[in-house]
Amino acid sequence: MTPLEFVLLVLLISVAAGVLGSLLGLGGGVIVIPALTLLFGIDIRYAIGASIVSVIATSSGAAAAYVRDGLTNLRVAMVLELATTSGALTGAYLAGLLSGRWLFIIFGVVLAYSSLMMIRKLNEPEYQESNKSAPWADYLRLHSSYFDKRTGREIYYRVTSTRIGLALMYVAGAISGLLGIGSGSLKVPAMDLAMHMPIKVSTATSNFMIGVTAAASAGVYYMRGEIDPFIAAPVAVGVLIGALGGSYLLPKLRSSTIRLVFVVVLLWISGQMLWEGIRG
Amino acid sequence: MSVATKLPSATTPITDHDPRVRQVELAISNLLRGGVALSMLLIVAGTIVTFAQQPSYISQPGELHRLITPGLKFPHTLGDLTSELGQLRGEAIVTLGLLVLIATPVMRVAISILAFIYQRDRIFTLITSVVLFLLLLSLVLGRGE
Repeated sequence: MTPLEFVLLVLLISVAAGVLGSLLGLGGGVIVIPALTLLFGIDIRYAIGASIVSVIATSSGAAAAYVRDGLTNLRVAMVLELATTSGALTGAYLAGLLSGRWLFIIFGVVLAYSSLMMIRKLNEPEYQESNKSAPWADYLRLHSSYFDKRTGREIYYRVTSTRIGLALMYVAGAISGLLGIGSGSLKVPAMDLAMHMPIKVSTATSNFMIGVTAAASAGVYYMRGEIDPFIAAPVAVGVLIGALGGSYLLPKLRSSTIRLVFVVVLLWISGQMLWEGIRG
Repeated sequence: MSVATKLPSATTPITDHDPRVRQVELAISNLLRGGVALSMLLIVAGTIVTFAQQPSYISQPGELHRLITPGLKFPHTLGDLTSELGQLRGEAIVTLGLLVLIATPVMRVAISILAFIYQRDRIFTLITSVVLFLLLLSLVLGRGE
């Protein structure tokens, strides 16, 4: 394969990963890393370095739209970013100490978890306000509202359990920094299950934080020389194009059968990653 | 099921949907778009320049292994980057594009700090400044190894 053929092929695969990632709500990184390592035999650190850059591109693109729609809770995002960025630094630092085998194994486990979490998204829960007292959220004025397009009403919501949210976000940030993925599948439940935020707001706010979280670990990867322009360029451009295309297709594809097929495929990929790590 | 929608009342918390906040939201949204667009432009242009400068990359299969395995020297210090940008090397343009992309969320945080200072929100100015500090720390952390 010549370098030109390689770049074009990686671009093509990244577009596919971006489409798939946005249809599944997983982000492209989780799909592009197995593709680069299993299909091309690229060093997993370089695959992670390329993926983390693409995560910034897709997250920033989507975040721009969500912020415009007023779905993002900027105050919650700022507070939780304290935890996600410190987590990301920890994760990116740890990635430099762990061997490639461990990265494959952890990736396999996280991918399996994320695929199973997708099933939860099949039915969007109705928002229910929590009555729990929330001194931190009161003090930081995290409670807010958003305009729900479906019902045409402004939905007010109370944020609770800020400290638990911070702890969960640290873990999500660490996984993001370690594996070069957005880890939205960890951030969204931390907000809608633990902090009682509406799912739409949780998704938008998660997306908004993913860019900053990824920038923290991308800095570490870049300075360590693990963001190879030859791999990162086609991955970043491809995943972004794919994600834009995917968000266009999304409203047209709502079948749960298709999603179930994808869950099976993703579980199979995570098995492959695990096996790669165990085999060494 | 409780009714989630209700009018603002004593029990409903203060929300942040005032016009100034909206202005900040729009500025952030535009910055994110602009940063992504600029970086994509640089990455694509840099890739094209790379292949124009190195015709062997188009025809020689042997070159690939060297480019994608650890050990290759590509510009990853700011000094290397500026000197290679001066020579308009394709890889350096791509790297600049990647750095613009990484810098986009960092800029977003910096803008938010200004917005909180403007709103005289001390605690959020502090929180956001710490986030910015952590982001800048990442560049030091990677180098120290």
